[in-house]
Amino acid sequence: MPNLYNELQKRVLVLDGAMGTMLQRYNFSEEDFRGERFKDYSIPLKGNNDLLSITQPEAIAEVHHKFLDAGADIIQTNTFSGTTVAMADYQMEDLVYELNFESAKIAKAKAEEFSKKQPNKPRFVAGSIGPTNKTASMSPDVNDPGFRAITFDELRVAYKQQAEALLDGGVDILLVETVFDTLNAKAALFAIEEVKEERNNNTPVMVSGTITDASGRTLSGQTAEAFLISISHTDLITVGFNCSLGASKLQPYLEAISSKTNIGISAYPNAGLPNAFGEYDETPDKMSVQVKSYLDNGIVNIVGGCCGTTPEHIKAIAKVAEQVTPRPITL
Amino acid sequence: MSDTPKYLKLSGLEPLVITPESNFINIGERTNVAGSRKFLRLIKEEQFEEAVAVARHQVEGGAQIIDINMDDGLIDGKKAMVKFLNLIAAEPDIARVPIMIDSSKWEIIEAGLQVIQGKGVVNSISLKEGKEEFIAQAKKIKRYGAAVVVMAFDEVGQADNYQRRIEIAERSYTILVDEVNFAPQDIIFDLNIFPVATGMEEHRKNAVDFIEGTRWVKAHLPHASVSGGVSNVSFSFRGNNTVREAMHSVFLYHAIKAGMNMGIVNPALLEVYDSIPKDLLEHVEDVILDRRDDATERLLAFAETVQGTKKAKTVDLQWRKQELQERITHAVVKGIDAFIVEDVEEARLLSERPLDVIEGQLMTGMGVVGDLFGSGKMFLPQVVKSARVMKKAVAYLNPFIEEEKSDKQQSLGKILMATVKGDVHDIGKNIVSVVLGCNNYEIIDLGVMVPPEKIIETAIEQQVDAIGLSGLITPSLDEMVFLAKEMERHNLAIPLLIGGATTSKAHTAVKIDTQYKHAVVHVNDASRAVTVVGDLLNKRSAESYTANLKEEYESFRTKFLNRGKQKSYISLDEARDKKYEIDWSTFKPEAPNFVGIKKTTSTTLTDLLPFIDWSPFFRSWDLHGKFPEILEDDIVGQEAQQLYADAQEMISQLLADQSLKARAIFGIFQANSIDHDDIIVSDQKQELARFRTLRQQLKKRDGVPNLALADFIAPQDCGITDHIGAFCVSIFGAQDLADRYKSEHDDYNAIMVQALADRFAEAYSEYLHREVRMKHWGYAAGEDLDNQGLIQEAYRGIRPAPGYPACPDHLEKETLWSLLKVEENIGVSLTESLAMWPAASVSGYYFAHPESKYFGLGKITEDQLINYAQRKGITLEKAEKWLHPNLAIGSR
Repeated sequence: MPNLYNELQKRVLVLDGAMGTMLQRYNFSEEDFRGERFKDYSIPLKGNNDLLSITQPEAIAEVHHKFLDAGADIIQTNTFSGTTVAMADYQMEDLVYELNFESAKIAKAKAEEFSKKQPNKPRFVAGSIGPTNKTASMSPDVNDPGFRAITFDELRVAYKQQAEALLDGGVDILLVETVFDTLNAKAALFAIEEVKEERNNNTPVMVSGTITDASGRTLSGQTAEAFLISISHTDLITVGFNCSLGASKLQPYLEAISSKTNIGISAYPNAGLPNAFGEYDETPDKMSVQVKSYLDNGIVNIVGGCCGTTPEHIKAIAKVAEQVTPRPITL
Repeated sequence: MSDTPKYLKLSGLEPLVITPESNFINIGERTNVAGSRKFLRLIKEEQFEEAVAVARHQVEGGAQIIDINMDDGLIDGKKAMVKFLNLIAAEPDIARVPIMIDSSKWEIIEAGLQVIQGKGVVNSISLKEGKEEFIAQAKKIKRYGAAVVVMAFDEVGQADNYQRRIEIAERSYTILVDEVNFAPQDIIFDLNIFPVATGMEEHRKNAVDFIEGTRWVKAHLPHASVSGGVSNVSFSFRGNNTVREAMHSVFLYHAIKAGMNMGIVNPALLEVYDSIPKDLLEHVEDVILDRRDDATERLLAFAETVQGTKKAKTVDLQWRKQELQERITHAVVKGIDAFIVEDVEEARLLSERPLDVIEGQLMTGMGVVGDLFGSGKMFLPQVVKSARVMKKAVAYLNPFIEEEKSDKQQSLGKILMATVKGDVHDIGKNIVSVVLGCNNYEIIDLGVMVPPEKIIETAIEQQVDAIGLSGLITPSLDEMVFLAKEMERHNLAIPLLIGGATTSKAHTAVKIDTQYKHAVVHVNDASRAVTVVGDLLNKRSAESYTANLKEEYESFRTKFLNRGKQKSYISLDEARDKKYEIDWSTFKPEAPNFVGIKKTTSTTLTDLLPFIDWSPFFRSWDLHGKFPEILEDDIVGQEAQQLYADAQEMISQLLADQSLKARAIFGIFQANSIDHDDIIVSDQKQELARFRTLRQQLKKRDGVPNLALADFIAPQDCGITDHIGAFCVSIFGAQDLADRYKSEHDDYNAIMVQALADRFAEAYSEYLHREVRMKHWGYAAGEDLDNQGLIQEAYRGIRPAPGYPACPDHLEKETLWSLLKVEENIGVSLTESLAMWPAASVSGYYFAHPESKYFGLGKITEDQLINYAQRKGITLEKAEKWLHPNLAIGSR
């Protein structure tokens, strides 16, 4: 079994692109989302992308295939919303274990297929652990700032279940991502530590936050460095940012944390900012120029793409990543 | 191998990295119920808003970490800790610093750790309960991601000498680092600061032992920090702050040199080491460092000779000696008009043209004001005062300018301001006008009750660059919608600004923005008005700014409408079934001492003064906070004090010249509720009026009633005679005074008069209600409440006002007016939008039942609208017009 840490010493690794963007291209209908199994489900399911791992597993496998083919070293499971908290929207809390387990298996099978083909370029599966749709350190009610829609313990329990299912499904990495509220991430990390201790398991953990506006802060108000400090109590293999404002705007924040830590740095930005129609239109070439600037400055170890990035983007990024020596890391 | 050094790194919203080069880290201690009696009281009384202000005060005062402790027998510590931490998390100016969660109870510590997003500090754990518990807690703390304060305490007890201090510290450190794998830089030792100079021999070395213990820890336990509560050391000199302050700084001076790098210090009780008088310093150092056997006695003797001195307060006129420009800027920024004419005249004589003085020296001064205001360093009342100085200067220069016949001063743009038809409230509009005026916009103020035709006509004729509409009462909202439609119909392209107490972004986005193709912006405070107008009139950016606005409002609208759909309502019949049931078999309403109508004009402002609720007064000036605490507020306190002083001065003048008159009328009548929602008002012979009340229709949990005011009056069929009251109070004369001030270019006092008249009207309504409860109706003859109790509505009964949440229908004022003959009796009239004139008026009902309470009607659906129109005998269109803001979306 190849070791992620060893690979990171050798080269800059490439993370895949946007599952959601790729799935949009299939134009799945409500019926497609439901499949046979949920055809009589009481509420609409269109938009529940995580569910497609069960109802359209071939499509999910195909997207993974395309990204691996484009050169991704790490692919993310289709489990961004795979917690009881986020699945409550679809009343699918009971399905959470299965969603994560199946998603992990689909990704793992694809990764192994490619690892076998190219043993000198081992592929990894990162279990995607999203932020949920609730914030533990902010009130959703402007008139009641002390109110919280969710507690640390509720999040911890939900994340623990997701982490267990992902590990059972065979993921190589746990990726706590798109962190907009650091307290949510701390609950996820707490849960992961519990699972790892119970199972005597040492799966590497990545954390990726998101900077929500030009003020350079997370949605919950932290600066990049404060965010880094707040999650540094856990043994992480990388920390970084994703989504956010597009590749060029992300660079100062990556620089801010890169100089303050010895662990790896990851970055997987959007393909620019959405235009007036909600589309991401930064071209693969343009994006790879930006990513090259990260690499030239030696501030990243893992690069990839978030919203709007396609296999073409990943291919362009992989090409520039190939040519550089990685930023040195120690754990 | 690691190349980033092991520093103690903490975070709130911002990082706090403590390096060996860092200055001493000051931990705020006022948010500790054990250390601050005020904070304890606030938490006990659940006055969390003010408790949060204490935290803010600390951070603004320079605390880099705030210590929060809720350990008190009478407080639910866990609940208070969580609530307080959640509240300060919402305050970016507080949450930027790391939190120290301070408790002797583990469950409180853990609850605290679960709600902070940053990396905080636990204060504290120790070996007191044994190694096993120490390890368990440390592991949890590590997993939650916090640093930890370790007390020098073990199974035997607290470390009280040098040897015990270093033994316990070493043992704790070894366990944490080797067994728990705790990061050494995240360990902070509290080596126990104990009092010295207590007179007891064994306390002599308390300070020295701490200092030497600190030195040992820093030398032998790598990366660890040392902290402590400093004020303990001077415990025996309580009451003599001069000595205490010196002791604290001497202690810190030596402890910091030994390596103490953080601590709980009250910055108010700290002298600068270098400015401690030589003799005092010597005596204090003798004690702290235990240099003489008789050190304590000598310091005690010396302490008696040491006294605090106070600085005398004088008016500082130093600034008069500065250069001309500095003097003018000073006068404008500080709002001092005493010398402005003199200075302006000097400037005029030096200038080529009188206009240069305005464009040069005066605008330079106003530029400073604009910058300070924009960056939050000046507050609204100050800006209005600056404007007064400016206006006075301009008024002096005007005749010279006229004489010159030169061009008019180039303004940035023309803004038309108006309070819409039917509405008389203009304090907010005046403030915005003044602030825009200060920023070099020309203001065309059409005043109050301005018909839409006039606004449009003026806008076209004067070629204005923006229109600002203001209104306070709900019907004004529809007037604004109508005006937007009219602007569209006239093909205008002028940006429209919406402001006033009842307006909202939601209403603006959903109702007004959709009527007008061009820019519509909701602006609810004066400081924002400047930037918004700036963006709208900036030729380069206006187009994109407007496009963005339109987009923003569109998406806001979509979100808002989607949200609205999720609420569900029940039918009026179902709501009536769920009315609030009062048990009339056990409650017998008291017969009033007086029944009928009474008018009073003999109440004076002096009578009303004690009843003023000052908090809203400050709010009307954009100074937010509770009175009287606001006077001590760190940011706005000074300004609030000045404003309060000016208000007091204005009040004494108003009392002396009796230019404001208070008038009131009230009535108490027999009443019963009928047909669920109506109230019949009658005398012995006949029905006098029928109040129509509205019932909540929002779907609620089982057992939660759907209220209507009629529920608080005994129903006719239960055979009980009940009563209801009605009233109107008003303050006359404010408008004339305000107009007079305006004509003297004194907007500050114009607004002041109006704001005070409003406060007096509210005070009168409070005063009269009390008179009614205690005397005329008499059901609360023994009531004994101070003004605070009155403000908190601790009395029995309510006085809801038509147009407010419980009874939003303004039309009911007409019923009140005809029942009490308000206009004939005291001269208060109703405008076409049913606003009261004079504006400083309050009217409403009195309900006496102990269970009567205020509530918000919320939204109603079409069935109640139809029913209400029938009951009132008005057309459905008319009912819809007046109840518009309360109709659930989609119900018509």
